[in-house]
Order: sequence, then structure tokens, then C-alpha cells
Amino acid sequence: MGVRRRAGLFILQVNPILCDGFGHCGELAPELVKMDEWGYPIINPEPVPFANSGAYESARYAERGCPRQAMRIRRLSDK
Amino acid sequence: MQGNTLPRLMHAAGTRPLTLSQHEEVFASTRSAPSLLEELDASGLTGRGGAGFPTARKVRLIREQRGHNKFVVVNAMEGEPASHKDLTLLSSHPHLVLDGAEYLASIVGAKNIAVCVARDNATVVNHVERAIHERTRRSLRGPKLELHTPPWRYVAGEESALVHWLDDNESLPQFRPTRPHILRIGHAPVLVDNAETCANVGLIGRFGASWFRGVGTADSPGSTLVSVTGAVDHPTVLEVALGTPIRTILESARADTNPQALLLGGYGGSWLDGKHVDLAYCNEALATAGVSTGAGVIVVLPRGACGIVETLRVVRWMANESARQCGPCAFGLPAIAEDLNHLAHPTRDPMSAYKRLEERLGEIDGHGACRHPDGVVRFVRSALTTFDQDFSHHASGSACGGSRATVHYASVPHLEREEELVWE
Repeated sequence: MGVRRRAGLFILQVNPILCDGFGHCGELAPELVKMDEWGYPIINPEPVPFANSGAYESARYAERGCPRQAMRIRRLSDK
Repeated sequence: MQGNTLPRLMHAAGTRPLTLSQHEEVFASTRSAPSLLEELDASGLTGRGGAGFPTARKVRLIREQRGHNKFVVVNAMEGEPASHKDLTLLSSHPHLVLDGAEYLASIVGAKNIAVCVARDNATVVNHVERAIHERTRRSLRGPKLELHTPPWRYVAGEESALVHWLDDNESLPQFRPTRPHILRIGHAPVLVDNAETCANVGLIGRFGASWFRGVGTADSPGSTLVSVTGAVDHPTVLEVALGTPIRTILESARADTNPQALLLGGYGGSWLDGKHVDLAYCNEALATAGVSTGAGVIVVLPRGACGIVETLRVVRWMANESARQCGPCAFGLPAIAEDLNHLAHPTRDPMSAYKRLEERLGEIDGHGACRHPDGVVRFVRSALTTFDQDFSHHASGSACGGSRATVHYASVPHLEREEELVWE
């Protein structure tokens, strides 16, 4: 599964143009993603530390489980 | 053309566009300006297309990019139906805009200038075509000037949609996850500026930053074009110094100076309560009331008109103008319009429509790829605060008399695909 990055913060980002509202992300990462009434994701905008391994695992599931590949985990640069 | 008198941009404007020789008589011919970027910085010019981003910072960002074949794009798409400033400017002073574009091209090192005018405005397209022809006939040196005519849509004037179109793609806004984002045609970096901004650059290049700061306030110097529509005898485009009281603008447009409310900035802008009519027209004063100058639109809503019906008309049109790329915009905006419709013409349970509307605004805000849904949300939120009494009356089931009027003030173009907006 590659190198575990323990330091730093990430956010889960959706490309709303690619997203078709399959809703997999809400199932796979319920602590990060809520659904609006049309089934599109509303992602928690707060940055999450990589050290929070539960949230990071689900974010990775959401990223890989998205049928439209609209999800990205973005590392926030340390500024 | 020296001194601190207005008009500046609309100086010597007639009914015909100035030819190149007339233009050089009125304004001097352009001189090479090696320190133009410093002048732009000192002038404090901000973008006139709506966002109000400092032009010098944007120019510097593109200048620092590598690339042989950079583009300067003059955005005269004028997506706002209530705005007429860019087309007015191009049909009186096309060469001033082109001068500014050439100055900008010389700063960033661009080899191409693309002037974008919506193809629906055949007259202005003609004027610009003619101006470009005059310039290329005189000299073939300098950046290559081209006219592009994308289709007129509200979101087609958004800069990423425009650049996407120039890059031989559909004219649709693009997702830009990181800011600042450098737009590119092929691999070449692109500088997109509004036509009025370019015209201001054309003047700063000639007369310098201290001249530019001769009017306006310290934080927002210079003059700006304002399109006044709504409850006026003749909709006009005026040039005013930034910081002029709104009342003075309304007086010189011969508009109603005791309005119920004003719509500022455009259809992604905000309503301003009529009691703020003595505020100065510049961003730092308007920010105290939570609005901004935006694209220089003022729509005057007289007393007795229904603000909710006007908001509904605008939101319904904006929902139809969505590119339908992102779910929150494609489904959310029609849903908002539907809620507003239940409120404007209360038939069954308007109170729950009111509550639903407030919930939905929070779900849509910030969840599209471009700023189109955010603008609509801001617009509806400002309506909720400005017309709060009307909303509470409508929500309790008693519509005001104005909501049955057949005269409307916020003009929207004909809904082309209204049959697609059957939401229930």
C-alpha cells in the first residue's frame, strides 16, 4: 500500500464536474462525506491529519471506490 | 485629456466608434512604456469584470510563467443581462481597449491577443473587426490580433470557460482545485482581462499612475462604468469616479432616488436596501453593507414592486443558464427557484418552502466547479435579508400587491429552454 505518510494534513476533494452522484463515497467514508438531497457529496472542509488513520483509510477507500474517479486526496502544503 | 475630469474612458464618445486616426487625435498615440508594470502597481487598478482582483498581481503572475506563445484575452462577453458597459465601450472606443491589450501583451510577453465578443452582438462584432483591420493594415508588427465570437451564455464569459473555448473545446467552466490557477491555451499561459480593465490600462500606459489616481478613493482609485437599469426612463451606461455617492449616480441617470432596493454587481451580486442610497460607490464602503460593485450593474427597484418576484425571475433564469455540469448547480438552482416560486405565489404551505430554501442554500454554496451557484446563493441570501418583511408576509400566505404586477424591473432574456424547467 505504499509508504504511510504520518505527518501533515489532507483534505478529500471532489471534482464536481466528474461527479455523477453514485454515492459510494458517502458509504465508504461516512466520517468525511455527507450527502445532499440530490445524492452529491458534501465533504467536510476541515483538514484532517494523516495520523488519523481511520479517516485516512476511509478517504483512500472513497478515492479508489469512486466510479467516476472524481475523488482526490490532496495533501496540504505546510504553510 | 489631461487633468482630473470625467469622462475618461468615454471621453469624446459619439454615436460611431472612433477610427484609429480619430482615436490618436483624442488620446495621444501610445508610447513605449518600459516601467508600465510598476505604473500598474502604483495605480492600484483592479479588475472590472466582477471579482475586483488587482490587475498588477495577475499580470505579474502570468509574466513570471514560461512560454513562447502567451495569450492576452480581452473578455467582452458581457454575460450579465443587466450590464452593457463592455459593449458600450467597444462601440465607442474599440482602439482604447486594443491599446490596453497591446500594453498588457508587451508586459507579459504575449504574442497573441484574442478579443472575445459574444456572437449575438453583431454590431459590436463588426466594430471590433473593423478596428482590428485598421490596425493590421497600418502595421503588422506587434502581437497578432484576433477576434473570437463564442456563443452568448451566462457562464461562457467565465474565464475558464472562455479559455477552454479558445483552446478548441466546449465553452464550459472548468474545475480548478488550486488557486491561483494558470489558464492555458495548449501549453501557453493566458492572461484574461475584462475589456474595461484593458481600456484603463490603455489610459495608464499613456498618462501614468498618478493621473489615474486623480479621481476615486485611496483604496479604489480611478473611474468605472456603471450600467443603470430598472426603474429608469432610459437605461444608461455612466462613467463615475469610484467613491461617488450612489444617490448622485441615480440622479445623473435620472432614476428613482428613493428606491425600495438596488441590485448591485449583477445577477450574481446582492440586493442593497434602499436606505443605503447615500453610501459611496466603492468596494470598501459597500462592504459595510455586505455588497460589492461587481460588474458595475445597478438595477433600481422602486417602492411597491415585489422583491421576491424579481428575485424569482432572476434565479429562474440563472438556473436555466447553468451549464448542468455539477449536480449541486444543475439540481440545486432549479430547486431554489421552485421554493421561491412557492413563496412568491403562495398556494400551499409557503412556510415549509421558506425553511427548505434556507437549508438548500447551505447545501449548494461552494459545491460547484465555478462560482455560478455561489453567486446565486449570495443573491438569494441578500434577498432574504433585504426583503425579510416581505418574505415573512409571503411565508405566512399573504402575498403583497406588487407580486401580481405585470411590470418587472430586473430584465432577463427570454428563457430558451423553459420546458426543461418543469420541476415537479
